[in-house]
Amino acid sequence: MAEKIGVYVCHCGSNIAGKVDVEEIAQWAGENLDDVAVSRDYKFMCSSLGQQMIEDDIKKEKLTRVVVGACSPHLHEKTFRRACSNAGMNPYLMDLTNIREHCSWVHKDRSLATEKARALISAAVQRVKHQEPLEPMYVDVNPATLVIGGGIAGLQATLELADAGYHVYLVERLPSIGGHMAQFDKTFPTLDCSACILTPKMSEAGQHENVTLLTYAELEEVSGSVGSFKVKIRQKSRCVDYDACTGCGICVEKCPRKVLDTEFEAGMGNRKAIYMPFPQAVPRVPVIDQDSCIWFERQKCRACEKLCPTDAIKFDQEDELIDIEVGNIIIATGWKPFDSKKIPQYGYGRLANVYTSMEFERLCNAAGPTNGKIVMRDGKTVPKSIAIVHCVGSRDDRHNPYCSGICCMAALKFGHLVLEKTDAEVYSFYIDMRTNQKNYEEFYQRLLGEGMRFVRGKVSEVTDAARMPTEQGKLIVQCEDTLIGRQQRYPVDMVILMGALEPQEDARELGLKCGISCSMEGWYTERHPKLDPVATMTDGVFVAGTCQGPKDIPASVAQGAAAAARVAGMITKGKVMIEPIVASINEQACSGCKICNNMCPYNAIEFIEETETSRVITALCKGCGTCVAACPAGVITGAHFNNKQIFAEIEGALWDALQPAAESSSQAETVPASAS
Amino acid sequence: MSESAPTSGNGNGKAKGKLAIYWAASCGGCEISILGIDTKILDVAAAFDLVMCPCIADGKVRDIEKMADGEIDVCLFNGGIRTSEQEYMARLLRQKSKCLIAFGSCATEGCIPGLGNLHNRQEIFDNSYTSETHSTENPDNVRPQAVTEVPEGKLHLPIFYDTLKTLDQTVDVDYYLPGCPPESPRIWEAIEVLLSGNLPAKGATIGENTTVCDYCPRTRKNKKIKEFKRTWEVIPDDETCLLEQGLICAGLATRAGCGALCPQVNSPCIGCYGPNEGVEDYGARFLSALASVIDSEDPDEIDEIISKGIPDPIGTFYRFSLAGSLMRRGKRPAPAATSQ
Repeated sequence: MAEKIGVYVCHCGSNIAGKVDVEEIAQWAGENLDDVAVSRDYKFMCSSLGQQMIEDDIKKEKLTRVVVGACSPHLHEKTFRRACSNAGMNPYLMDLTNIREHCSWVHKDRSLATEKARALISAAVQRVKHQEPLEPMYVDVNPATLVIGGGIAGLQATLELADAGYHVYLVERLPSIGGHMAQFDKTFPTLDCSACILTPKMSEAGQHENVTLLTYAELEEVSGSVGSFKVKIRQKSRCVDYDACTGCGICVEKCPRKVLDTEFEAGMGNRKAIYMPFPQAVPRVPVIDQDSCIWFERQKCRACEKLCPTDAIKFDQEDELIDIEVGNIIIATGWKPFDSKKIPQYGYGRLANVYTSMEFERLCNAAGPTNGKIVMRDGKTVPKSIAIVHCVGSRDDRHNPYCSGICCMAALKFGHLVLEKTDAEVYSFYIDMRTNQKNYEEFYQRLLGEGMRFVRGKVSEVTDAARMPTEQGKLIVQCEDTLIGRQQRYPVDMVILMGALEPQEDARELGLKCGISCSMEGWYTERHPKLDPVATMTDGVFVAGTCQGPKDIPASVAQGAAAAARVAGMITKGKVMIEPIVASINEQACSGCKICNNMCPYNAIEFIEETETSRVITALCKGCGTCVAACPAGVITGAHFNNKQIFAEIEGALWDALQPAAESSSQAETVPASAS
Repeated sequence: MSESAPTSGNGNGKAKGKLAIYWAASCGGCEISILGIDTKILDVAAAFDLVMCPCIADGKVRDIEKMADGEIDVCLFNGGIRTSEQEYMARLLRQKSKCLIAFGSCATEGCIPGLGNLHNRQEIFDNSYTSETHSTENPDNVRPQAVTEVPEGKLHLPIFYDTLKTLDQTVDVDYYLPGCPPESPRIWEAIEVLLSGNLPAKGATIGENTTVCDYCPRTRKNKKIKEFKRTWEVIPDDETCLLEQGLICAGLATRAGCGALCPQVNSPCIGCYGPNEGVEDYGARFLSALASVIDSEDPDEIDEIISKGIPDPIGTFYRFSLAGSLMRRGKRPAPAATSQ
């Protein structure tokens, strides 16, 4: 039976019509393509009038298929599917072909762009004939949520949801929640005490009846999909009975082994082999660092075990795998600091008094190793001059091209703290001052007033090689002051490197487990950079905070709350539609070669031992097509993307090449008359 | 074709059917395999008169030319189409046969002769008649000519085409029988199907709808490959899947029919039975399957794994199927750039 196809070509104002002759294409499609019953162009197909036009045509002209040439399916596939559905047509009999992002926006030549749009429309018309009606599936949404990462973004998301009455599993890799914010002394630009505003949230999360706190734990595996994820969490062994421990701290006090604390204290202070990262830690349950503990090293000591009043120390405790089921996942895994040793000319690790910004945070923190006294590595000398170097590893093609966003403000904060606590002179070496949030510029103005000095230029070197008597025993910062156009040398006592914010080392790995992707740098990719900043391309997986890109505390909190709102919306709705675009395996023909089983990013393919064949678990399949492409026997079919549809699409795109050319059926004609 | 199944001669003393077997660009292995059906050949002889089979029996082209259209019941045609003579025979046998079967890998997908499509006629002739290969001795630079004048008159040779085509790229084909060569038991099964009159839909491949792995007794566990090995580099154990041991075994992409002969003797499948049912392009299928089991995320490492382990991609993935693959020559003839 021949189909009756309606073709609708959108102008998108001048977005498409500016580069593509849409009227001509609509007319051409109507006159030249087989089975096209109606072909129209319209200013804005996505407007209600445009949709109405399609609906009316389906009813009046009894259309059986619809092709819309407009923008990306990401934007309006749902819109046009709905329009078809309203008119009583199965929505999967519509094809939206992208003549905007894929055509008018990326081409300069009007006639060539028009030809490409023609090919795309022709491809869609050929394809749509082979599309099959599909029925969407619905699943219930589990009201529990998994939040990965207990920094400020994750905490905010957790509390929003828990306060709304929904259960949250908060998973944190470190022994305590709190994240980087717990390490800071003050926060810019208000100079609030960081701990004072953070710790109430931490303890609230720790005590909330709707929150299950899983610290010192990591995500092991995710299966399932939106509404019903199955998650495996690895609870790493603390060697401490979580329930028996009262957090009295005797074990920590009596532990004889001191180790450098490279995590919370950023290497500026020590901790014990059994430790809580900081006094306000939540939960107040210590962990034994098995790499440093004397018992694990040479089976001696057990001081903590002997002295624990509740017998909570369990040396033989093992990692535990916890299975939980949730409807949605919020990823808020944050960032890691740039390794300043990667820029050897700045001397970090070689020159004692070159500090990273995290080290300096601890140095000026009242609860830090020096109780907030700003002193040099010798532990007593107060510096007389400090240089703060901006953009260390940021805005630098050799490391990270992006701006880390917060370092200018953190540098101003450091400047303020130094000026407040010491008589030192403070120099800021900046490329551009970036202070574009609320009250940030005012803070900059304040520091200008307080006497912080600003040198506009990128530091080329920090050295201890003195050239002049005044430079003896100092660190010399070599920099071109671009405002006066001269190379300058600044002898100082201390240098602070404002290192970049970088994605977590294992961001990609975690993304893979949850089925979301990263940018080139490793930040998680949001569904839409402007209009959908906390959702991802995987339904039911949201991102919040710096794991999506560098941002300050207010923005992280806003994203945490936004992600929680999105999740709450899903839970309230109760059911979620699953696209019927899924793969299926012809089990009769499957030889059980096991190529596909590992490929599936959603763990949706199971191997059945009795029959030695594989099977797609439809509820888990996202229709990505990985297995369809990988199956060497060609026995996996992707609904909505089967061979017939794709080959028809290719032939449609090559419509001009496939025009009957001059007859050349026999090879003989191409053979030259005479040989040699 | 189904209405004209060769039911006439199933041993009931009725008139026998007529069977033709022809070879074009092929090696003769298909004929050997036909003879491999052993004493069943007598059943074939009981059911059919063999009107033509250049390798085994006498039979003249002129006799075929004299036949009525469709007079031959079944023609088993092996070999690809490389010369004008082969094209003529393919068209003639198509016209005279009720049922034309592309028999064996050459006829169905081009097979080894189809690898010639990596070159054109000029290059093939250069290599065969004037190159410095050790076996070439041609001081007068003699080349085959379509027409040669000699004192006695004109001599004709078939024209050698630029491109080898499969049988169905040349004429309409009713059924396909894959394999290089088709295994004798499969040939007999196909003949039984033909004799039964219970024919599949036109265009079908007479064979299985699964792959070699289905018949391979090796254990398959986990396909993650860090290094592809060549057969001379390892002695594989005889328990584990050869691919999982790093050997490029094509069994998972290749239609069943052989009974997994090669993997059972520690030799990886090379894909002679062609693609499974519904697969458009054998090489692309196999390639994307292998690509998906390489165990690395690092582009440089992946390059290394591929360049070290797969030095001959065409020979690995398209050994049998190049001529019939999607990677054929353009649909329009190229401008007359080559002249001999």
